[in-house]
Amino acid sequence: MSEHLVEVRGLTVEFPVADSYVRAVDGLDFTLEAGKALGIVGESGSGKSTVAFGLLGLHRGTGARLTGSVRVADVDVVGADDGELRRVRGELAAMVFQDPLSALDPYHPVGDQIAEVYRVHRKVTRRAARARAVEVLDRVGIPDAARRARSRPHEFSGGMRQRVLIAMALACEPRLLIADEPTTALDVTVQAQILDLLHDLRAETGAGLLLVTHDLGVVAGSVDHVLVMKDGRAVERGTVAEVLGTPREPYTRALLAAVPRVDAPVHPVDKRGPVAAVAAGTGGAAATSDGGDAAEAPAAPVSGGASAAVGPVGADGDVLLEADGLRREFGRRGATVTAVDGVSLTVREGETLGVVGESGSGKTTLGRMLVRLLDPTGGQLRYRGQDIGALGEKALRPLRHELQMVFQDPVSSLNPRRSIGESIADPLRAAGERDERRIRARVGELLERVGLDPDWYHRYPHEFSGGQRQRVGIARALAPEPKLIVCDEPVSALDVTTQAQVVELLGELQRDLGLSLVFIAHDLAVVRQVSDRVAVMRAGQVVEHGRVDEVYDSPQHSYTKGLLAAVPVLDPTESAARRAARAGAR
Amino acid sequence: MSSPTGLLAGVAQVWRRLRSQRAALTAAIVLAALVVIALAAPLLTAIEGQDPTTYHDTLVNSASGGVPIGSFGGVSADHWLGVEPGTGRDVFARLVYGAQISLLVAVGSTVVQVLIGVAVGLAAGLGNRFLDHLLSSTTDVMLALPTLVFSIALMAVVPSGFPRPVLLMLVIGLLGWGGTARVVRAQTLTLRELDYVAAARLGGSSRWRIARRELLPSIAAPVITYAALLLPSNVVSEAGLSFLGVGVKPPTSSWGQMLSTATTWFRADPTYVLLPALMLFATTLAFTVVGDAVRTALDPRAASRVRVGTKGAA
Amino acid sequence: MTGYLIRRIIGMVTVLFALTVIIYAVFYIAPGDPAQLACGLKCSPVQVRQLRGQLGINEPVYLQYAHFLKGVFAGRDFSSGAGVLHCDAPCLGISYRTNEQVTSMILNRLPVTASLALGAMVIWLLLGVGSGLLSVLRRGRFTERVLTSLTLAGTAIPVFIIGLLLLLLFCAYLQWLPFPSYVALSEDPQQWFWGLLLPWVSLALIESAKYARLTRSSMLETLAEDHIRTFRAYGVSERRLVTRHALRGALSPVIALSALDLGTMFGSAVLTESLFGLPGLGKLMVYSVNVLDLPVVVGLVMVTGFCVVVANAIADVLYAVADRRVVLT
Repeated sequence: MSEHLVEVRGLTVEFPVADSYVRAVDGLDFTLEAGKALGIVGESGSGKSTVAFGLLGLHRGTGARLTGSVRVADVDVVGADDGELRRVRGELAAMVFQDPLSALDPYHPVGDQIAEVYRVHRKVTRRAARARAVEVLDRVGIPDAARRARSRPHEFSGGMRQRVLIAMALACEPRLLIADEPTTALDVTVQAQILDLLHDLRAETGAGLLLVTHDLGVVAGSVDHVLVMKDGRAVERGTVAEVLGTPREPYTRALLAAVPRVDAPVHPVDKRGPVAAVAAGTGGAAATSDGGDAAEAPAAPVSGGASAAVGPVGADGDVLLEADGLRREFGRRGATVTAVDGVSLTVREGETLGVVGESGSGKTTLGRMLVRLLDPTGGQLRYRGQDIGALGEKALRPLRHELQMVFQDPVSSLNPRRSIGESIADPLRAAGERDERRIRARVGELLERVGLDPDWYHRYPHEFSGGQRQRVGIARALAPEPKLIVCDEPVSALDVTTQAQVVELLGELQRDLGLSLVFIAHDLAVVRQVSDRVAVMRAGQVVEHGRVDEVYDSPQHSYTKGLLAAVPVLDPTESAARRAARAGAR
Repeated sequence: MSSPTGLLAGVAQVWRRLRSQRAALTAAIVLAALVVIALAAPLLTAIEGQDPTTYHDTLVNSASGGVPIGSFGGVSADHWLGVEPGTGRDVFARLVYGAQISLLVAVGSTVVQVLIGVAVGLAAGLGNRFLDHLLSSTTDVMLALPTLVFSIALMAVVPSGFPRPVLLMLVIGLLGWGGTARVVRAQTLTLRELDYVAAARLGGSSRWRIARRELLPSIAAPVITYAALLLPSNVVSEAGLSFLGVGVKPPTSSWGQMLSTATTWFRADPTYVLLPALMLFATTLAFTVVGDAVRTALDPRAASRVRVGTKGAA
Repeated sequence: MTGYLIRRIIGMVTVLFALTVIIYAVFYIAPGDPAQLACGLKCSPVQVRQLRGQLGINEPVYLQYAHFLKGVFAGRDFSSGAGVLHCDAPCLGISYRTNEQVTSMILNRLPVTASLALGAMVIWLLLGVGSGLLSVLRRGRFTERVLTSLTLAGTAIPVFIIGLLLLLLFCAYLQWLPFPSYVALSEDPQQWFWGLLLPWVSLALIESAKYARLTRSSMLETLAEDHIRTFRAYGVSERRLVTRHALRGALSPVIALSALDLGTMFGSAVLTESLFGLPGLGKLMVYSVNVLDLPVVVGLVMVTGFCVVVANAIADVLYAVADRRVVLT
């Protein structure tokens, strides 16, 4: 009937919440041609994943209300009976899920799971299905596939598990692959490998691809068309070059502007106002296709003055905190794991030290040791020349307020049963302040300082969005008037626009209060944006450190080079060039 | 706990969720009725004009060994629910006073279990490795004790001068805190790894302050849930011990004891089996249903659903 | 795995040791004079003193305990009025009443309790897991609501009420079944079966409610997991999702709980045995308590405690083996 692989008309999906319905997708139209790739991009709550699930009719039986029409490979998904729908699922369209660990059955070998799916759609013997499983596992690059097919999911690494999921999707040779945030749970180098794999498979099998992601960098090199979603509606659509290169809608522009650039040479956010940063960022993205250097150059002088004031090299800031051969082992005799393996670094007054590394690099452990939430098992930690690495809890208490931390997870970092005002006031009360009026005034002041309403003292964490909670966390860290704040992935749980605002706030606070920051993150671009100096961690060690421009522009260590090369770029042409370079290197 | 308005809002929310479950509401009414019956036992028996201890030899057939005279176990205007076979004591009075023992022992032993369990669990969860190891091992030993057998033995060796209901509370309570301790310890271990506890440490709070301000309020929900499940099991424990003849001593009445007597009479006087059985069953079922509803109402997943709802509005 | 097992066994031995110390302390020291207890109120002071010598309780407590331990591992001798009574290796003492060895008294009763527990377990596993599975397959329908209500009632009702009602119905009124009694399996399998049927069913009805809830809740938990969504998205049918994937997830807790319950049953079948008059460990317990036969009581507490501790360890290992995700540490 229709010539489209996917045809969605007037799709509206509503979920029951309490007594009413919440509209997740609101009258969406789009089509996807056979063999083409479409990226659906949006922030959390935009309804992008709901669309992906709707293509497979996964809302059936959940109480969700779905109207409009969805056709996948000429099957009417909304009206299909259960048997027909099962044919769509896996046979015509196959889904690659976000979290590869929880998306696979922990009890069964991966080969059996793929074989099971295969046998649902093909009348073949168990043996033939197993053989097919091995075949697809081999195709997605699982080494020694015949043997590994007998392993259970937890025996694979994250990247390998994602490959297994892709293999499952390939099993029945579907005409459409749906990938829902396929690389969000993965490190950046693994992410590049998985995206390359998807790209190759698409070229090889001719299947269409629907890629759902929050990350604009992920779509840049992987799709032909982009659909930007917000609040369940399509904001903008077009070819990837158009949408990322010359966005028409303000929302798309803001989204693009908020994306931190790893190739940006300046500190666009913390030394300038947010409006300027957005404008400059947008200009850069719109005008150039080969890196932002040239376009951002005019902005450099603006930040130059501020940059010099906190200049990392030389004696302009006294050393505040100094780690010397810091070590931390976990586990007891026999099975110890060294999380931090002899790290030496310094943090000067008023500067930002960035710490980047992939998961398992020991960066969080290091951060927690710096504020003495964790006891080092070796090395020295000096604060203003005093060795605090071995101080007991009691001896440490007078110093506690000078070293604070902002945490990653805005949910678990605030006690859900206490009002935010109480949480912020806690350090004041612990320090012996009894005057209720003074406490209220100070908390109000802090709330205002982080951009929240000072009258929100009695509100509870669940009443706030992720970004607001992170602001509350920052206010709490500021309450005891610290000298140094360690920020452990402070923005990685936030949407990109919120991320930019929080980063902006941190920079502003640092400038105004003369704070020292240690900014820990896996996102190389964010770290570049905020840091004066940077340390790159891998397997518990600092492999490279230095001024941020030096490290990013001329990395010395091969690990840093690989890391930087794997960062997705927003420019499709550049992205393709990098993919080719990676393929050549393989 | 931190703010009275917040606590009230929480209680109101839980109550709203409870109220929407009809079975739970019925069970709560049954429980309330039982409490009233237990409290008003002297009054109720006075209205009937009987007491639970007087023998009525004339109302049982001594020729047949003591089967109550009359239908349904000797039901009459004087004895609303008949008389006890063998002795002729008033069944209504004994049932009503039995409710007293049953509820008193169940609630008392639950309080003992929860107090010890929370104290041990918190101390183990917050203490150093040595203390944790010591307390956890003790908890393991407590859980390994064959509770019923041990209680029977304890009830038997304690001198008979000791007040039996208190003894029952203590024995059931002291032998049954292991589960609560385990729940609290596990919860504490989870909670203390959370970032907000770390933040409190950085804010200069002492261990005790953290336990009081950050942990206890969060531990309350699972403890209440667990205690709600302990109650019916403690009712059964008391009835069981009395059934075996090591619980309360005559002439104090208890449902378990009545059932024990009934085992020898159930062919001749089935009414006498059914009445205490019904009371006991109603009590445990009501406790279980309410406990189940409390668990659902306090379920963090249910709570998070509500939270998602408010988040959209905020 | 081996390291874990060794640690687990060491832990188990420690717990057992602590258990004997506690039991010994509570029963031989705390409540005053065991000889007085054993002898009753009619005893003269002279008789009591004589009995104390006989029982070996004139010695300091730690020596008594040492003797007790020696008895367990190597056997010991008791001097009675007539001469010397030898008590063989796993010696838990000698009955005050009958001068019988506690160990052999317990061993004689063990088959009764074992028959009861094992038979009931077969029924409760079939009934419990079956109805749990059914209520998940029929979720949202009438069958589920009925099953949920029944299991809730089952968890609330004490075993002696179910037992009494069943007795009343099947033995007194309908007279379909003989009154329960114990005949050894080796003597007459048919009578063994019919004699135990009612106790099995009573016990199993109570226990199966617990298993039905466990099966149901762990299956529902598994069904809510992400990997179920994966298979649903690949066209696997609901029935297959339940029977292959969700049931597998429910298996490990059910297996672990069965091991635990089987161990506990040796102590907690007291009520069932007492109600149906089965001459098992529970019946012995109640009798010994009533006549204050302390060595038998202590012996029983220790044996049942031993069963629970061993069952605990087995349950942990089974759980870990069944659930590959659990890392043994």
